[in-house]
Amino acid sequence: MGKVLVVTSGKGGVGKTTSSAALGAALAQGGAKVVVVDFDVGLRNLDLVMGAERRVVYDLVNVIKGEAKLTQALIRDKRLENLYLLPASQTRDKDNLTEEGVETVITALKKAFDWVICDSPAGIERGATLAMRHADVAIVVTNPEVSSVRDSDRIIGLLDSKTLKAEAGAEMEKHLLLTRYDPARADRGDMLKVDDVLEILSIPLLGIIPESMDVLRASNLGAPVTLADGQSAPAKAYFDAARRLNGETVSVSVPGEKRGFFGKLFGRKAA
Amino acid sequence: MSIFRFFTRTPSAPAARERLQVLLAHERTNGDESDLVTALRDEIMAVIAKHMQIDREKVSVKMERGAQVSTLAVDIEIPFDGKKRAA
Repeated sequence: MGKVLVVTSGKGGVGKTTSSAALGAALAQGGAKVVVVDFDVGLRNLDLVMGAERRVVYDLVNVIKGEAKLTQALIRDKRLENLYLLPASQTRDKDNLTEEGVETVITALKKAFDWVICDSPAGIERGATLAMRHADVAIVVTNPEVSSVRDSDRIIGLLDSKTLKAEAGAEMEKHLLLTRYDPARADRGDMLKVDDVLEILSIPLLGIIPESMDVLRASNLGAPVTLADGQSAPAKAYFDAARRLNGETVSVSVPGEKRGFFGKLFGRKAA
Repeated sequence: MSIFRFFTRTPSAPAARERLQVLLAHERTNGDESDLVTALRDEIMAVIAKHMQIDREKVSVKMERGAQVSTLAVDIEIPFDGKKRAA
């Protein structure tokens, strides 16, 4: 049985889709069979970020409504044979997502894949709550910025109350992925530091993704950043995060920066 | 001038951190307070309206949330002949 991972944030534009694609590709490169599911019905974008936009025939809503089989809707990545995408519908709205339908799809995917990554839409409504509903593990994507941190706090509350795992009385495993981090600005005191965000949200750190041109470049090209340029700073950070998801202990650093300058960050333990 | 400002301005991150800590402490325990403030306003207004005529438009309710204590301020404008009860 595979693990269901939700990538969520509350706030939009913080990097959920970028992170879902990058982590999916990183886990797949490690040998796992991975499917990334776009839950943003009506505003799909994962297909574009993964470079599969011209190959979408059927989508999640078609599968839920019984108009297509799951195997027909899954798109295999052209670069990695064990990476798949299940796109969201672009024309219908999120009311087409039913609780039973999502459950059926997730249950089937868990049987066939090692990782089922649910890319959540922004907000706290139906699409977002259904994306997190069946999760075993959650990644909360946060920017070092007040509105993002506040929304993440809200999402953490929902993860602890509205998921099947929480309702069964179990503890939801949550990880913080801090994205668009600019160490120079944090050092000048003009950006919340890693420690500030960790102290406020008090969930373990999965990784720090530095602000980088490489992320935009990868999405321009239609490749997850971990496939577009595996040696770039954000790609390395995503690879480390993927290893931590697999239970490895990897020390947290801000990639591409000199050690001495960020000495404080190196002693930190990632969960 | 702009370079001078760049070197002399105070860091903003500590303010962000403090504001978030106060705000989230409230949001985690109280949830959304706007329902509470609305309920308080309606009930307080009902009590006052029993004794004097007031203009429902000229009422301001403010909630100021602090780290240790919060204050609720209800400001009701009473017309000059307010003591004459409304019929």
